[in-house]
Amino acid sequence: MNQYQGIGVSRGIAIGPAFRFDETDLDFERHKIDDPDEELKRLQDAIEQTREELIAVEEQTKKAIGADEAALFHAHRAMLEDPELLDEIRRTIRDEHLNAEAALYDASEVYAETLEALESEYLQARAADVRDVINRVLRSLLGEAHAPTEGLDEPSVILSRDLAPSDTALLEPSVVLGFCTTQGGPTSHTAILARGLGIPAIVAADPKVLDIPEETCLILDGSQGKLIAQPGEDVLEEYRQRKVRQNAIFKQARKQAREPAITKDGHRIEVGANIGDVDGAKSALNAGADGVGLLRTEFIYLDRDTLPDEETQYEAYHAILAAMQDRPVILRTLDIGGDKDLPYLELPEEANPFLGVRALRLCMRHTELFKPQLRAALRAGAGHDLKVMFPMVTTVAEVHEAKAMLQTCRAELKDEGRKPSDQIEIGIMVETPAAALMIDQLAEEVDFFSIGTNDLSQYVMVADRTNANVAAMATGFQPAVLRLVRRVIQTAHDHDRWVGMCGELAAEPLAIPILLGLGLDEFSMTPTAIPLAKQIIRSLSATDAQELADEALNLTDAEEVQEFVRNQVPAADIA
Amino acid sequence: MPEVTIKIRAEVGLHARPAATLVDMAKEFECDIRVSHEGNQANAKSILQVLSLGAEKGDEITIATEGDDAEAALERLTELVNQGFELHTNAAGDERDDRL
Repeated sequence: MNQYQGIGVSRGIAIGPAFRFDETDLDFERHKIDDPDEELKRLQDAIEQTREELIAVEEQTKKAIGADEAALFHAHRAMLEDPELLDEIRRTIRDEHLNAEAALYDASEVYAETLEALESEYLQARAADVRDVINRVLRSLLGEAHAPTEGLDEPSVILSRDLAPSDTALLEPSVVLGFCTTQGGPTSHTAILARGLGIPAIVAADPKVLDIPEETCLILDGSQGKLIAQPGEDVLEEYRQRKVRQNAIFKQARKQAREPAITKDGHRIEVGANIGDVDGAKSALNAGADGVGLLRTEFIYLDRDTLPDEETQYEAYHAILAAMQDRPVILRTLDIGGDKDLPYLELPEEANPFLGVRALRLCMRHTELFKPQLRAALRAGAGHDLKVMFPMVTTVAEVHEAKAMLQTCRAELKDEGRKPSDQIEIGIMVETPAAALMIDQLAEEVDFFSIGTNDLSQYVMVADRTNANVAAMATGFQPAVLRLVRRVIQTAHDHDRWVGMCGELAAEPLAIPILLGLGLDEFSMTPTAIPLAKQIIRSLSATDAQELADEALNLTDAEEVQEFVRNQVPAADIA
Repeated sequence: MPEVTIKIRAEVGLHARPAATLVDMAKEFECDIRVSHEGNQANAKSILQVLSLGAEKGDEITIATEGDDAEAALERLTELVNQGFELHTNAAGDERDDRL
């Protein structure tokens, strides 16, 4: 039995025989040609053929995965039709009488290498896209057939040096159980497409995996980036069981997406959606959301050059409330500043934007910004279950002032003969250590709390989540963060207030048992994560989760916490 | 030659999809369109050159146009960049893979 490590980029377990896909190196000769016109015609034909192939890939991707993923191949086509690239290739053919293959290769490699030399890991990964497109044209010029899965007649796990995005998009999940490549990275389009297809995948694996002979029995664990060759019977059995368990959870999750999440011991847990617009509301309903736990309102402000007026906002909120069909919607007031900017406000640059005038602090200083939003919310909320939530609260006084402002808006609307909502519930985001430590006093002011773990984690861990060197520290799995979360929930419950969470942590399968154990009342997350979260909640008992949480919070770091849950709660061992 | 300097607000910078959107729009115009970033210049109709600029979120880029429909092109492209390259509104974008 041999074990190899790589980077897991698409979760799930695959068990099956190895199938080697060895890209044939595209060998072409470099030579002078006699007739440039004929060579240009060859090139043009190859480009046309590739264009048709890419359109087919785009169509297939749209069907099998989705429009966002299909758009990648639109970018591929733009590369194929790149005027600067084509000019250079044609010039070389015409002026230097170089053959099309060499001219194409030389001109495109310059770009591929430029991209690889860029600082951004993401843009480096785009070199693979350039080569993917160019290889298609080359193969067309050379008349070489290309089918990575040719000869693959039994369901297998593919081992390969690399898989081009356009090849990945065409993989058939019924035959390709999983794949493992030695190159590529988590930001590659290949990884994104694998996730879209639901094919477990590992990239950047130990190059030794390419020495594994065909037909060798393999276990590929896409969640942990682990490939096991020739596993012993006990390991195989363990993974078989894990796979069955995971598949059952996924299947059950999809089936019961719209049913409530009730724990084994009968506690109903709200699972809401984080959305940003009316499309999000539709996704939320499809995914089975009990409501909207976080409506980000920044979208109304971002796509424009001037401040949106009250009417624009009213219509946007109204549309979302209507789409949610009587389900509760928590509207978070404008959360700008920090890493989010609004150019037309011309806000002064701050040395430390995360510690500066952001969110509620900004809104209280710019009432011309805040009042139209509150008025729009009060109007849209009439007759609907709309709640208002203030972000980035640090002191009780801030909540006082914000509430007073809301009250002023309500009085003004009434004076104007409008009908504002009279009983809007008010909550705050708990995302600063200050708020977390003042819950007892804040509870006097508000109806509910929602913990924003992304900011709370970075403030508690003193680690900028946008700084790659320390971002990993700023995770909600840190016992320090979880202890604060426990304190928030306990104090809020002591004061009869409910607590939700709309940060990324709420959607983490390994975090859900802990959060449930800490007594969290509502989980809110990106719509696609809802079915699985609900299913994990259904598999748990709140009483057991409480014990689990107590133990987890006594561990020393985030890795230990995750490992502990992984071992204790097999149902959550998914991501 | 009209030009404008703007900050990139798209979460992912000038990456594949935003770059393709920019290039698509640039191609709708007859005029010559140049994008520059930290001393490097790209033809806005060339996705490879635009990607090669390596422009990230928060970076400033300058768009310069020259030709018949230069003013209109500049206006549309500025709007696009300011909108975070999204023709369809989805500012939060958390439901899809932002690395696309």
